[in-house]
Amino acid sequence: MSEYEVLRLIWWAVLGVLLIGIAVMDGFDLGTAMLLPWAGRTDVERRVVINTVGPVWEGNQVWLILGGGAIFAAWPPLYAVAFSGFYLAMLLLLLALILRPVGFKFRSKLSDRRWRAVWDAALCAGGLIPALVFGVAFGNVVQGVPFRFDDTLRVTYEGSFFGLFNPFALLAGVVSVAMLLLHGAAWLACKTEGSIAARARQAGTVAGLVLVVTFLAAGAWVTQLPAHRLLGAAVTDGPSNPLMKQVTIVPGGLLANYAAAPVTLVAPALAVVAALLSVVVLRAGRHPIVAFLCSGLAIAGVIATAGVSLFPFLLPSSADPVSSLTVWDASSSRVTLLVMTVVTVLLLPVVLAYTAWVYRVLRGKVTTESVLRDPHGVY
Amino acid sequence: MDVVDLSRLQFGLTAMYHFLFVPLTLGLAVLLAIMESVYVTTGRTIWRDMTKFWGTLFGINFAMGVATGITMEFQFGTNWAYYSHYVGDVFGAPLAIEGLMAFFLEATFVGLFFFGWNRLSKVQHLFCTCMVALGTNLSALWILVANGWMQYPVGAQFNLDTMRMEVTDFSAVLFNPVAQAKFVHTVSAGYVTGAMFVLSISAFYLLSGRNRALALRSMTVAASFGLAAALSVVVLGDESGYTAGQNQKMKIAAIESMWHTEPAPAAFTVIGLPDQQAHTTRYAIQIPYVLGLIATRSLDGEVTGINDLVEQAKQKIASGMQAYAAMQVLRRDRTDAAARATFEAHVGDLGYALLLKRYAPGVTDATPAMIDAAAWDTVPAVLPLFFSFRVMVVLGFYFIALFGLMFWRASIRKLEAWRPALHVCLWSLPLPWIAAELGWYVAEGGRQPWTIDGVLPTFLSASTLSVGQALISLSGFVLLYTTLAVVDVFLMVRTVRHGPEALQPPPVMPTLATHAAE
Repeated sequence: MSEYEVLRLIWWAVLGVLLIGIAVMDGFDLGTAMLLPWAGRTDVERRVVINTVGPVWEGNQVWLILGGGAIFAAWPPLYAVAFSGFYLAMLLLLLALILRPVGFKFRSKLSDRRWRAVWDAALCAGGLIPALVFGVAFGNVVQGVPFRFDDTLRVTYEGSFFGLFNPFALLAGVVSVAMLLLHGAAWLACKTEGSIAARARQAGTVAGLVLVVTFLAAGAWVTQLPAHRLLGAAVTDGPSNPLMKQVTIVPGGLLANYAAAPVTLVAPALAVVAALLSVVVLRAGRHPIVAFLCSGLAIAGVIATAGVSLFPFLLPSSADPVSSLTVWDASSSRVTLLVMTVVTVLLLPVVLAYTAWVYRVLRGKVTTESVLRDPHGVY
Repeated sequence: MDVVDLSRLQFGLTAMYHFLFVPLTLGLAVLLAIMESVYVTTGRTIWRDMTKFWGTLFGINFAMGVATGITMEFQFGTNWAYYSHYVGDVFGAPLAIEGLMAFFLEATFVGLFFFGWNRLSKVQHLFCTCMVALGTNLSALWILVANGWMQYPVGAQFNLDTMRMEVTDFSAVLFNPVAQAKFVHTVSAGYVTGAMFVLSISAFYLLSGRNRALALRSMTVAASFGLAAALSVVVLGDESGYTAGQNQKMKIAAIESMWHTEPAPAAFTVIGLPDQQAHTTRYAIQIPYVLGLIATRSLDGEVTGINDLVEQAKQKIASGMQAYAAMQVLRRDRTDAAARATFEAHVGDLGYALLLKRYAPGVTDATPAMIDAAAWDTVPAVLPLFFSFRVMVVLGFYFIALFGLMFWRASIRKLEAWRPALHVCLWSLPLPWIAAELGWYVAEGGRQPWTIDGVLPTFLSASTLSVGQALISLSGFVLLYTTLAVVDVFLMVRTVRHGPEALQPPPVMPTLATHAAE
C-alpha cells in the first residue's frame, strides 16, 4: 500500500470516529434535551435535567464543530457537496444548534414561568431537530444524492428540500432520534435519581426497542436499494478528482461488503446487541453506567454499519454516478492528510485526558437538593 | 441581487454579528484570569466575587459567541462550496486544528469555570480559568492563520489534476507574516474591548454609588490592562499595515485612496473624498513622507498607486490567460510538453484569468475591453475603506488616551474624584466594537474582488444555489439573530443593573437568624 492510500484509509476511519464522537458525546445532551419536557415535570426537576449536561454540553458540542472542520480539511469535496446540497436542512440544523447554547444559558436567568417554558421548548427542539436531520441526511447518503460536477469540479445539486424527506430517509431519521433518546435516557439514569431516573429508564426502554426494530427494518430495506460500485481496479493513490473513475449501479449491492468480509458483520450485530443490553440494564435499574456504555456502543455500531455498507463510497451520486465521492478521490492532498494525522495524534490524547478529568470532577448525581443549594452556581 | 451578493451579505452579517461576541470573550477571559490570580495569591474574597460577577457576564457573551460561531464554520460549505473545493486542502486544516487545539480547551474548561467553584481547589479553579483564556487566544491564532492565507496565499500551488489549490509548504501557511501580524492585532483589539467593558460598567457603578470596592478594583485592572492593550493594538496595527504594504499593495493603495504612484517617500492623505469613477481624491489634505514611512519603513521605498496596480493587473491577466489556454490543452492531452511549460510559467497568474469569467466564460476569447474591465475590478470600493480605516485609527489613539488617563487616575487613587471622566468611560462602551467591526471591514472589504487574493475571485466562490434558498437562509438568520440580540442585551443590562449583590447566596434560614438576634 502506498503512503497516500494508507493516509486516506486513516482519515476514513477518523471520519467514522468523529461521527461516532459527535453522536456519543454531543448525542447524550441532545437526547437529554429531547427528554427535558417529559423527564422533568416541575421546574426544579427540569433544572436537574438541564444541570446534568450543564457543565459539559459546551465541550460536547466541539465534537460537532471539529467534525465539520475535519471534513473540510480531510475531505473538502464531501464538505462542499454535502453542506451546499443539503442547504435548507443544514440551515434548519444550524438554527437548532444556535438555540441550544442560548437556551442553556438564558433559561435560568429569569424565574418567569413563560420565559422558562419558551426555552424548554427551544432546548427540546434544539435536541430533536439535529438528531432528525442527521438521521435523514444519512438515509439520503445511503440511497445516493442527486448531484453532479462539471469539468471544473463545480457541484450542482439537483434535488429539492422536501425530496430529502423520502420514506427511507425518514426511517433513518427515526433510527437516529431513537438512538440519541436511548443514549440521553441512559445518561439521565446515571446522573439523576428518584422519579426523574425512573422516567428516564422508561423512555430509554421504549427508545431502545424502537431503535432495534427500525434499525433492522432499515437493514431489510437496503437489500432492495441500488448500490454504487467502482468499475475496474480502484486507483487508491491517484489525484482527488471524482471524474476520473467509472461507476456502475448494482441492485441490492449495499450488502456486498459484508459478504466480502464477514468480520464487518460485527458492526450491525454490535448495534442490535448493545441496544438490547442497554434496555435490559435500564429495566434492571442497577448499574446505569453499563446501560450508558452500551448505548454508546450501539451508536458506534449503527454509524459503523452505514460506513461499512458504503465503502469505498463516501457520498454516492444518484444523478451522475461518476460524480460520486469515494475514499480514493475525495480526500485532501497527501501533505495535508499527513499534517492533520500528526496534529491529531499529538492533540487528541490530550483532549481526551482533560475531558476525562473534567467528567471525573463532575462525577456524582445531580439532585433537587444540589440544584437548590447553589442557585447561582447552576443553571 | 444574485446568489453571490446574497451569500456575501449573509456571510458579512453573520461574521460581523459573531464578532460582537468574540473580542469580549478574548478580553474578558484574560481579565478573569488576572482577577482570579489576585484572589488565589492574596486570598481576598472580593477578587473571587469580582471573578464571579464578570464571569456571569462572560458566560452570557460566551454562549452567544459559541452559538454564532457554528454558523461561520458551516457557511463555507453551505454558501461557498466552490471555495471549499478550491482551497479546502489549505484552508480546512487550520479550522480543524482550531477545533482540536482551541475549542476543546475553552469549551471543556468553561464548564468547570461555572460549575467548579465548590468542587475544585483554588489553584485548580484558576487553572481552568487560565485554560479558557488560553483556548480563546489559540482559537484566534488558528482562525487568523486561515484568514491570513486568504489575504496572502503562501505555501500552496494549483494542481491541474484536482483543479484546486494544494499545500506545498505547511510551515509557510502557519508562519505567514500577514497571519501573524493580524493575530496579534486582533487579539489586542479583543483585550481593549474586554478592558473597556469592565471600565465602563465599573464607571456606571461608581457614578451610581454602588459596589464601590468591586468597581474601583475592577477599574484599576481594566485601566492598566487596557492601556497595555491599546498601545499594542496600535503598534501591531502598524505592523499589520507594514505587512499589507509588502504583500497586499492594492489594499493599501485603496485604503489611502492613492491613485498615482508618488516619488518616495509617499505622502499620507489625512482626509479627503475619494472618487472611484474619476480615479482621484478630492479635497485631499496630505502629510508628506508619512505613508512611505509606514508602508515601507524606509525613505526610498515606493508605494504603488492604484492606476499602476491596475496596469500590473492587466499584465497578470494576460499571463493568466496563457496559463488558462495551456490548461485547456493539457486537459485534453497531458503529454503536451509545450503546453506544460507555458502552464508552469504562468500558473501563478491563473487567478487573474478567472476574473475574466464574468465577462467571457471561455476566458481565452476575452477582448481588450474585457481585460480592461477585469483589471479595474481588482480595485475594491475605495471610499468606505478610506473612511473606515481612518475612524478605526482615530479610535485606536482615543483608547490609548482614555486608558492612559484612567491609569493615571487609578495610580494616584483618584478614580472617583472627577465624575466627567467616569461619564466618558461609560459612554465609550460601544467604541471598541465599532473599531473592531471597521477593522474587519478594512481587512475583508479591502480583499475584494477576491476570496483568496490573486487566486480565486469572489463571484466564482459561491455555491450553485437558487436565489430563493439564499433568501430563506438570510431572512432566517436575520430573524433569529435579531431576536437573540434583543434577549442578549436585555440579560446583560439586567445582570449589570442587579449587580454583584444579586450573586451573593441568599441568607440561610432567615427565621433562625431573627431568633438569634432576639
